[in-house]
Amino acid sequence: MYNSKYVIPGIILFVVIFTSPFWLNIFTPKYNYPELAKPVGPNGEAVECVEPVKWMRANHMDLLISWRDAALRDEKRVYVSSTGKEWETSLQKTCFACHSDYDNFCLKCHDQNAVEPYCWDCHIVPQGNK
Amino acid sequence: MNANRRYFLKVAGLSTFALTAGVGASLAKAAAVNEKVGEGSYKVSEKAVHGKRFAMVIDTRKFQTEEDMLPVIEACHKFHNVPKIDGPKEIKWIWHDKFHHAFVDDTSPLIPDEVKNRPYFLLCNHCSNPSCVRVCPTKATYLTSQNLVAIDYHRCVGCRFCMAACPYGSRSFNFTDPRQYIKPEDLNYQYPSRMRGVVEKCTFCAERLENGQMPLCVEASNGAILFGDLNDPESEVRKALAENFTIRRKPALGTDPGVYYII
Repeated sequence: MYNSKYVIPGIILFVVIFTSPFWLNIFTPKYNYPELAKPVGPNGEAVECVEPVKWMRANHMDLLISWRDAALRDEKRVYVSSTGKEWETSLQKTCFACHSDYDNFCLKCHDQNAVEPYCWDCHIVPQGNK
Repeated sequence: MNANRRYFLKVAGLSTFALTAGVGASLAKAAAVNEKVGEGSYKVSEKAVHGKRFAMVIDTRKFQTEEDMLPVIEACHKFHNVPKIDGPKEIKWIWHDKFHHAFVDDTSPLIPDEVKNRPYFLLCNHCSNPSCVRVCPTKATYLTSQNLVAIDYHRCVGCRFCMAACPYGSRSFNFTDPRQYIKPEDLNYQYPSRMRGVVEKCTFCAERLENGQMPLCVEASNGAILFGDLNDPESEVRKALAENFTIRRKPALGTDPGVYYII
């Protein structure tokens, strides 16, 4: 083989760099969900979200967008969840009624994941922690 | 030679299968979590007030001075987080003006002083042929099935074509962040504010109608402002229109405004 003293280290270097994301992923600590303020009902009791928590964690942004479109464009302001319960499609009136701690709920995850949704330019953040 | 090729194809085929099976399985697992829950459905509230053509009748005889109008304006602006800004950048959903400013293409100058000097409520007319909707380039403002001219602030790009098109001056532009003009203790947490760069106006309280309530100005007016469906002959507005002579603002423009004034 010609130039094997360059080619073989070159191949090894290429493989290492190409697979580096996997190595980095294996050796960095696991993603930790931040400790969030649990939603509370009007009397401080534990409450259930409109959809199961695991689904909400992944899909709340899509749900909010479809709430918006349903309320404004289709003029339907009641959401019937997969569990059969009915909710008014309102971020401020429905979501914030229980998720009243903005700093320890919305902001914590958004910060950790470096997302800056502009909901709060218009929708007023809940003041439960103030 | 042939044996070698066969061997190569076998190994290549097996390794491709192994790779795709792994990826496929993890994708299927992710999809299963989503599918199990799925999304709910949407419906119109059972409490909702229904109408094909919502309209308003204002009995202007019951508002003789500007002080009479303050509680109505206050009720609207406070609930909807409308900032109080003085000067040309003001924001207003409902306001008042003199007769000859409100009804420009009408009447002789020789009308009773009492009519001429009285203030008149002005607000979005929720036209059934709205010029603002025709010009909006993003469809941020649109006509609902109940004939309300609505604005989707999420979609508004702030071009202000609608402000130029509206013959009634019903639309206000947010030149700056409106939050800085509302005291934190005055904020209504039941309703959003707007952001810099969008146009806003009266909504005929669409979200209250959906809950079976009347618009805030109607509630605050002690019966001087009536609201209902123009297509329903039994409605309060139709009865008021049948019993009183009413005028509308700039009817000749063909926008078919939905606010009627009993003079």
